[in-house]
Amino acid sequence: MNSKLSGRRKFLRDSAALVGLAAGVVPVADAQMSHTEATAAPAKETPKDNKECKDNKDLIAYGERSRYVKSVRIPVMERMSPDEFGMTFHVLSPLQDSVGMITASSLHYVATHRGSYIPDIDPAEHRLMIHGMVDRPLVFTVDELKRLPFVTRAHFLECSGNRARASHKNVQQSHGMTSCSEWTGVPLSLLLKEAGVQEGAAYVVAEGAETVKGATSLPLAKVMDDCLVCYGQNGEPVRPQHGFPLRLIVPGYEGIHNVKYLRRIKVVEKHYMTYNDYGHLADDSRVAALNRQVGPKSVITFPSGDQKLPGPGFYEITGLAWSGSGAVKSVDISLDGGQNWTPAELRSPAYPMAHTRFGFNWKWDGKECVIMSRCTDELGTVQPSRAEIAKYWDKPNTADLQIRGLDNSIFPWRVAADGSIHNGLA
Amino acid sequence: MGSRKLLLLLMIVGLSQICRAQSPTYGVGRTPSPEEIQKWDISIGPDGKELPPGHGTAVEGSAVFLRKGCFTCHGEKGSNGPAPTLIKSDGKTKSPYPCLTPCVNDLNVMSLHAPYATTIWDYINRAMPLTKEGTLKPNEVYSLVAFLLYNNGVIKEDEVMDQQSLPKVKMPNRDHVGLAPEWKHGTPRLAGYP
Repeated sequence: MNSKLSGRRKFLRDSAALVGLAAGVVPVADAQMSHTEATAAPAKETPKDNKECKDNKDLIAYGERSRYVKSVRIPVMERMSPDEFGMTFHVLSPLQDSVGMITASSLHYVATHRGSYIPDIDPAEHRLMIHGMVDRPLVFTVDELKRLPFVTRAHFLECSGNRARASHKNVQQSHGMTSCSEWTGVPLSLLLKEAGVQEGAAYVVAEGAETVKGATSLPLAKVMDDCLVCYGQNGEPVRPQHGFPLRLIVPGYEGIHNVKYLRRIKVVEKHYMTYNDYGHLADDSRVAALNRQVGPKSVITFPSGDQKLPGPGFYEITGLAWSGSGAVKSVDISLDGGQNWTPAELRSPAYPMAHTRFGFNWKWDGKECVIMSRCTDELGTVQPSRAEIAKYWDKPNTADLQIRGLDNSIFPWRVAADGSIHNGLA
Repeated sequence: MGSRKLLLLLMIVGLSQICRAQSPTYGVGRTPSPEEIQKWDISIGPDGKELPPGHGTAVEGSAVFLRKGCFTCHGEKGSNGPAPTLIKSDGKTKSPYPCLTPCVNDLNVMSLHAPYATTIWDYINRAMPLTKEGTLKPNEVYSLVAFLLYNNGVIKEDEVMDQQSLPKVKMPNRDHVGLAPEWKHGTPRLAGYP
């Protein structure tokens, strides 16, 4: 035991020494230090200057992040939360601080139907009913659903309100209504086969258990393809703000279809024009299609608005890419406002309908420039520029161009000569 | 006799095959009673086949609008309140409130914008009034729908809304709604879009 301890102490001392050497200062090793503290210690401080967390509570029961990490969600600019009725509307994820491809559940963006309170649902009391055009209507408890074969998949969600405006200062405001989680649940197709879908069925109505019983019509073809009834998110039960105890995941479709607090699936013969559908009515079937499924999209999260580069030199440009039609195939970067494009590297797995992290080696020369990212998905569809979208609708490409359907346009950041980053649409 | 027995045997075997083909794989979950389904099923489709018995007129709806306090959020005349516009305004008075995102104003009042009157019935029944959602009686919902449709110029003042009449209301926007084309796996969201 003693020899083991001394061996560990020797390792700790050596690693601390390495850190010190790297920084060019003489290390003072302390046998009580942990490895992490040693490597993370600022080079000029002696390790004794590191404070220790005296309270072990969250070390044991439920872990909290460091008190030095301040990244939080913020209400969407266009409607405050809580609103005048005390309800939460839409809350944005801090993409500027994001790393990897998964969003922490506590930072995942939140959107509610018309503004709502989060229901306090006892999972033991919650039920999911499947009925309508089926041979055998069924009711499941959450525990019964957990007995069935499940899948775990990474999928992004994105709200239709996720459209960059010239007034947005940072990527949280311009793109913060998208996030990506690892979801675990039962394929809805499995439940529907268990109930026996009848001939003539073409849609389902999915409904939540919150006060307004938010409901949405979904094509049966999509539901049978890849929709999931999820109870797990990022290794734990789906959080209340994201639909505890059950939520529907409709991969690649606009956020509102991913019904939270899922309590009912009704199989029907036609589009039901119900609660959520009304809010997404379009006068043109092209707009309806563009409203339904997310196109290939990407955004640079570093460097991005409100951030500042300390000076010329090497930086890794990084960001997120996603598509509602499948996996991300490639991402290109432009450093000259969209004239020339160079491939970025995909730095995470590229799963279908999931955020994919990209990186790009960049040596900034200290001159003003406009940087952009462009996503191509597995179907070969390329993220469009605002000019291409304007041309499609035969509209002038002005700063106030209203993009119809979900906005997946290429977004520019302007890097000023002083290293400050600004919205390129402004 | 023998052949009849054989036929019977074949029929039994055949039936059991059919039953096996249709039987559930996992047998998890229970069968809800028809009453249970009816109680839960608040989805009213365009045909209105799920509408419950009941009836109401615009005059009755006007009283419900006051009694249930709808006017406190939506404005005395169904406009210029903090909540979405319900009745197209005369356009002369400017609302003291900003239009709540997603903005519903004179341009997209539900009674003029929804392609089916059933959508209005479904919406009010499931989601109104604020904090007392789902407590309105069928007659109250029919009355409110009649009140909104009359005041937006869609139906006449004395028209009774019920299970039969409500789905037949020809909404002004019925023929101006585009639904997304059929969805297929592995296709772009809209062919020809950049």
